[in-house]
Amino acid sequence: MLKTFPIGGIHPADNKKWSAGAAIQRFALPESVSIPLSQHIGAPAVACVAKGDKVLAGQVIATAGGFVSSNIHSSVSGTVTAVDTIVGANGLRVPAVTIKVEGDEWVEGVDLSDTLISECNLEPKAIVEKIAAAGIVGMGGATFPTQVKLSVPPGKSAEYLIINGVECEPYLTADYRLMLEKGEELLVGVRILARALGVKKSFVGVENNKPDAIARLQKLVGSATDVEIVPLKVQYPQGGEKQLIAAVTGRQVPSGALPIDTGCVVQNVGTAYAVYEAVQKNKPLVERIVTVTGSAMQKPANLLVRIGTPISSLLAHCGGLPEGGVKVIGGGPMMGRAMSNIEAPVMKGSSGVLVLRSEETLRGEEGDCIRCAKCVDACPMGLEPYLLANVSKQKMYDMAEQHFIFDCIECGCCTYTCPSNLPLLDYLRLGKAEVMKIMRARKA
Amino acid sequence: MGVLGYTILTLCVLGAVLAAVLYFVAQKFKVEEDPRIDEVEKMLPGANCGGCGFAGCRGMAEALVKNDDISALYCPVGGGDVMKAVADYLGKAAPEREPQVAVVRCAGSCANRPRTNQFDGAPSCAVVAATYGGETGCTFGCLGKGDCTAVCEFGAITMNSETGLPEVDDEKCTACGACVKACPKGVIELRKKFPKSRKVYVSCVNKDKGGVARKSCKAACIGCGKCAKVCPFGAITVENNLAFIDSTKCRLCRKCVVECPTGAIVEVGFPARKPAEEGEKPAAKPATKPAAPATEKAAAPAVEKPAAEPKNE
Repeated sequence: MLKTFPIGGIHPADNKKWSAGAAIQRFALPESVSIPLSQHIGAPAVACVAKGDKVLAGQVIATAGGFVSSNIHSSVSGTVTAVDTIVGANGLRVPAVTIKVEGDEWVEGVDLSDTLISECNLEPKAIVEKIAAAGIVGMGGATFPTQVKLSVPPGKSAEYLIINGVECEPYLTADYRLMLEKGEELLVGVRILARALGVKKSFVGVENNKPDAIARLQKLVGSATDVEIVPLKVQYPQGGEKQLIAAVTGRQVPSGALPIDTGCVVQNVGTAYAVYEAVQKNKPLVERIVTVTGSAMQKPANLLVRIGTPISSLLAHCGGLPEGGVKVIGGGPMMGRAMSNIEAPVMKGSSGVLVLRSEETLRGEEGDCIRCAKCVDACPMGLEPYLLANVSKQKMYDMAEQHFIFDCIECGCCTYTCPSNLPLLDYLRLGKAEVMKIMRARKA
Repeated sequence: MGVLGYTILTLCVLGAVLAAVLYFVAQKFKVEEDPRIDEVEKMLPGANCGGCGFAGCRGMAEALVKNDDISALYCPVGGGDVMKAVADYLGKAAPEREPQVAVVRCAGSCANRPRTNQFDGAPSCAVVAATYGGETGCTFGCLGKGDCTAVCEFGAITMNSETGLPEVDDEKCTACGACVKACPKGVIELRKKFPKSRKVYVSCVNKDKGGVARKSCKAACIGCGKCAKVCPFGAITVENNLAFIDSTKCRLCRKCVVECPTGAIVEVGFPARKPAEEGEKPAAKPATKPAAPATEKAAAPAVEKPAAEPKNE
């Protein structure tokens, strides 16, 4: 029997058909890019270029602003036109570096060829340093700086490396196409990560709605025993870090603990590929694969896009926004967030852009909670979403904290399953934001 | 005696014994409480709104009785009259405060501030604020989901469906501050209450640079500072591209209203301006820069009139 995680979960229609068949396509260079300084979890990067500076593609334009932070590189060559704020996807202003594109010149030492380099004899420390310098963050969407995850704290040790090829989010196919088309490079990246961590066994978890990706990777692994491809039973949100660990190893990460406490480190397939490019080709993280999809799009696609490219240009490339009301979502339909500004740039964590027609997005009329506990059954973290939403609504944030609101991974299973159409996740997000403020104030 | 007799007798004896026990326990563990607390609580409005900073009127009454110096305590709902009555009863000095009123500092109506997107999540300002920038280009102003109206115990604040903004009924508003706390954007402010509900205030909280602010809302404060220059009382400060009129210093001369190029400074409760006065406005403008002292002099008599008015009433 196929493995999966034990608590909660739902089965939304995967809708990957729109873009699953579209091969990865290199997206043309835009006229200008705006690269936000905070594309990762942790402290924002500090800009080290000024207006008027000439920069090359792959050049550092902002350095990590702390331990949990990440370098940011220019994704294009050209002239810096502004180091100011831009309007982000959520309408709020964020600091960013805007660069006018002039040609496509790269910094020295970057190997842009397609030749596969599978040998890596670097020391683990050197690998982690290279990854940190390349500004690599978790590409699944969480954007946690990778070098931090690879620096195992003293007293703890990593036993397994788990590579996340689940892509449980409906509609998105970026990771799927990567596994199909860049399997060799991906596996080199996995082995580099394993070397950096000093683990002997790596698993690549893939849901079995992607049988060709599983077959392709299994063929590439062949008889090797250090990497194992693990087909998983389809269930959302299997791509959650803690859910994936439970599915693959059967271990549970306790509340408040980190995956490393169970001896596991989880990395996305996109991250593994970025690690390959950084370590073997000296290429920093300046581009990523973005799925542009939705039933309303004329030409859904998987595009290899430079960071900082405006999302509106991707939409234009894929046939433009359809007539009438539409909802544009950054990410997938479950965890993605509706965008109020489509001029916002592609960032390190932008896995997809989903366009839904307004009739596909209608929320049903909100009723009263009927205490059916469907949300409790669906919650993969074993929380009580109806309670957390209610106490957040009533501003009883201390109670929300006591009931582990911080374990919520914002997967949206509760809202999806609620028969009364209650916007549970909206209130949970509010509660998390407020509890976070209270906790910060307590620390200070 | 049958079974019935024994039963009645047993219950009576049991009742008498337990009553005696209860009596002694009540005497022994009696909580001594100042009877004045009850009296003071009766004098307070009983709204339990929390405007005083205590959870309810009982907490306020206890504090009023126990503290010798009650100058820091104030019931905004009861106002000066109630505080004076309480202070007289307790024989303490009455705290004095000027009456206040809640003011919504946003003029981002549907006409001034076009909607750029539609929010379909939980209808709550707090949720919108925690999720994204809001339905308009302005990320500072009113979100229009009515969290302030939901918390008002006095029905003093209502949403105007035409403008999409909340409106305060000055008669009903007690300045308890519940709406100020509920607004995640800090749009609502408690300001000094002038006679006849007159107000002059900057109806904007946008801290964006002038051009950006103006782009998202026609009535935005662009932080040009003209109002601060023209104010004879130093009541106006401009910080982070936003002007603020200190209501404790403002004397309602309304010079800033005329000066404001975007109409972000509004006047409420004044009789309509005379046509002549309005006609002066464009003519006076070009003269302001070269002849600054002249305007100051000219301003002086005009200022005194409205400033004197409150005293008369």
